[in-house]
Amino acid sequence: MSNTLDHSTTRNSPGPALREPVSTGSEWTFDLIRQYDEEIAKCATEFGLDTYPNQIEVISAEQMMDAYSSVGMPVGYNHWSFGKQFLSTSKGYQRGQMGLAYEIVINSDPCIAYLMEENTLPMQALVIAHACYGHNSFFKGNYLFRTWTDASAIIDYLVFARNYVSGCEERHGVDAVEEILDSCHALMNYGVDRYKRPAPISADKEALRQQEREEYLQRRVNDLWRTIPKPDNDEDPANRKKRYPEEPQENILYFLEKNAPLLETWQREIIRIVRKLAQYFYPQRQTQVMNEGWATFWHYTLLNRMYEKGLVTDGFMLEFLQSHTAVVYQPPFNSPWYSGINPYTLGFSIFTDLRRICESPTDEDRMWFPDIAGSDWLTTLHFAMANFKDESFIQQFLSPKVMRDLKLFAIENDDREDSYKVTAIHDEPGYRELREKLARQYNLSYREPNIQVWNVDVRGDRSLTLRHVPVDRVPLGKDTEEVLRHVHRLWGFDVHLESVDEGTLTDEYHCPPKPELGP
Amino acid sequence: MGMTHIVDRRLNGKNKSAVNRERFLRRYRHHIKKAVSDAVHRRSITDIEHGEKVSIPSRDIDEPVFHHGQGGHREMVHPGNQEFVAGDRLPKPEGGDGQGQGQGQASPDGEGMDEFAFQITQEEFLNFLFDDLELPNLVRKKLKDTETFNYVRSGFSTQGVPAKLDVVRSLRGAHARRLGLGGARKKKIREMEAQLDALRAAPEELDAAFSHEDQIKALEDEIARLKANVKRIPFIDEIDLRYRQHLKQPKPATSAVMFCLMDVSGSMTQMHKDTAKRFFLLLYLFLKKNYKKIDVVFIRHHTSAKEVDEEEFFYSRETGGTIVSSALKLMHRIIETRYSPAEWNIYAAQASDGDNWNDDSPVCGKLLTESILPLVQYFAYVEITPQDHQMLWHEYEQVQARFPESFAQQQIADPSEIYPVFRQLFERKAA
Repeated sequence: MSNTLDHSTTRNSPGPALREPVSTGSEWTFDLIRQYDEEIAKCATEFGLDTYPNQIEVISAEQMMDAYSSVGMPVGYNHWSFGKQFLSTSKGYQRGQMGLAYEIVINSDPCIAYLMEENTLPMQALVIAHACYGHNSFFKGNYLFRTWTDASAIIDYLVFARNYVSGCEERHGVDAVEEILDSCHALMNYGVDRYKRPAPISADKEALRQQEREEYLQRRVNDLWRTIPKPDNDEDPANRKKRYPEEPQENILYFLEKNAPLLETWQREIIRIVRKLAQYFYPQRQTQVMNEGWATFWHYTLLNRMYEKGLVTDGFMLEFLQSHTAVVYQPPFNSPWYSGINPYTLGFSIFTDLRRICESPTDEDRMWFPDIAGSDWLTTLHFAMANFKDESFIQQFLSPKVMRDLKLFAIENDDREDSYKVTAIHDEPGYRELREKLARQYNLSYREPNIQVWNVDVRGDRSLTLRHVPVDRVPLGKDTEEVLRHVHRLWGFDVHLESVDEGTLTDEYHCPPKPELGP
Repeated sequence: MGMTHIVDRRLNGKNKSAVNRERFLRRYRHHIKKAVSDAVHRRSITDIEHGEKVSIPSRDIDEPVFHHGQGGHREMVHPGNQEFVAGDRLPKPEGGDGQGQGQGQASPDGEGMDEFAFQITQEEFLNFLFDDLELPNLVRKKLKDTETFNYVRSGFSTQGVPAKLDVVRSLRGAHARRLGLGGARKKKIREMEAQLDALRAAPEELDAAFSHEDQIKALEDEIARLKANVKRIPFIDEIDLRYRQHLKQPKPATSAVMFCLMDVSGSMTQMHKDTAKRFFLLLYLFLKKNYKKIDVVFIRHHTSAKEVDEEEFFYSRETGGTIVSSALKLMHRIIETRYSPAEWNIYAAQASDGDNWNDDSPVCGKLLTESILPLVQYFAYVEITPQDHQMLWHEYEQVQARFPESFAQQQIADPSEIYPVFRQLFERKAA
């Protein structure tokens, strides 16, 4: 039912194609959403975007707040922290301080995207282009998502997790479950395998295996402790030095799940659930700039393509561009609205400039990007999307032009100096350094303290020692003791945390706290 | 690329977060209770129509994670450079805690606010208040239902549920319809039957063209047709059905007056008064439930009594001794001049720390039994003190023995002990 009644647009339009817009009003209907989706899909195919099937769900503002507060999980277990999130979201929304994000998209197969009923038609089209074709193709194409997440299984797994947790609440009480979840959430960022790929999760198998684990797990934990030689039998100092685990373990939650002596099986299963979710979100945390940049690049490109084809009106484009501009606005560092670098802006700028470097390279581009200057832009962009994470993406593709456009500069804060120092700016001597520093800023192990399981005193008091390796002498923050209490709750015996910087103990924390005694 | 599936989820439940929200309130019930308690302190006792804003210090609801602290060597890249060149040095602000901006990236949901504020609903507000007062569930429910209704008859309607079918009305209607539809025809039948009889009785005419036989036959046919016609009129039809209609009408439209009597002598601390306030609040809630119009009269007393406004009642301080009977006398006078028991339901709540001049207590007992209790629906007394009873209490015990139905008293040290005073009241009225 395409609509050709808009004669004025037809007459005045400068576009090359015959203007036959899909619609002219701003009210949406299900039929129009379907038509827009079909047209956007056609454009996406032209650009070779490969996506999971889409499931577009139209929801109300209240439902959007619900979706928001469950960190985007369409089904989640119950926890007070989601309630807190909900309260602050709804407060912000009711006061009008905050528009609700108009897009939430779930990395699942089919890829679920939410459209809010309050949005105008151009906004719905923007979200469809952004989420259903932008994010969706990123989920399907990027190596981290391909390696670490199983889009077809996540929804089922979430259902399993929700049922399991509520079952535990019935059997063991809400408080007991809440305690375990609190502790797991505190360690969630330390619940991921960074290097080895986990087995894919599937709900059916999960439910089955869960029962086997229940019986088997406890036996194994008991074995670990039983086979440990008694101290008086084994006085050999060489033996005694051996640490357990022999290699430091970065996945603290995994270590606790498998080795904490006193946990019951259902508690281990809950640790496992939180760990699996952490793993599922891990790629998103490492690709924020790329993922948003890619989606923004594609909503911009796809809707402009729609315009070229005469499928949308000038009014539509004006509204769309206004939203787009708001999304990619980057306040300068000295603005009251500044809260770090806007990942939409940075990602969008890099992808846009990448296309420019391919299509109309300058001498500078040829020098900086000899391999890609003048290459086929679609191939290059797809390659960049598929094979990098934020850190390496910035390191590889941040161009001098983007640094100039954003007027980037690096500032050093050393606690041994009494002033800040500007170390690099967007000029010839600064580009390379600036790019490295910005890339490093997106390295998760730089953003989060490096803390690993170091040793268990298996023959003594069963205490657990974690080791923090500071980078650039940055100490641990003020929550450390609080988090340690959570580790202690899971481990069940004394917990120590040492900061060891190049072989020197710089700081230590204990739970329960130790009275200060001598050296 | 697969097919797109478009789903309308708007009709799915929207309260997915309700459980999580409830979990949050449960976890921070102590904070919320305190906020509710502060609100009770701040609000008028007649002001219970809305929820309450609750603030919790952000640090109390933080979810701790390992993160970097201040110090060491840090470098951050920022946008929007204007005049800096490499090598520039900028003074650190006093305190040396580093730029606030340096933190921007570190915490994904760093709130930067000291208070986490949110709104609880009126229902939640009352719940926390009732927790404080340890009200039984049945009573809570009764108090919270915002309005109760009586159903009154309001005529008949053509639509309704079978249970409300009015048989007599419906049959009457059907009868009328049958008369209306069949009456003319039946009259005709009667006429034709008369003709028929006449024809049969009359002697045969000579004109063969108009033979009686033919006429009789024609009449008989017509009669048969009309009878069949009449028979086809249904005995009862859907349009005959009448249902009783009821209208919701807000329940009792009567008025009540509530007397709040409080000792404000020097020995009553603000804490005593806050407890008393809850006591009065509970009575108000109960009355609000049962009466459309409620007047509240505040009488405070030390050695002499005075009618005051609520603000003065709860928050101004006096010193000096205590003569309880002065308040009772004033109450009685006010009843006589303004609140005739014929038109008003009179309730009274008295709070005191138990102090009274000893020779005044018998006067109080006499006043109550002789002039006040015969006029009032209910008189509740709380003695807010953990100490031993004094004269007034013993005097009131005798009053209670004589008026077990309309007088209740309780010694309390804590708001949770208030409810028993009202137990009888709630049981009686709620039934």
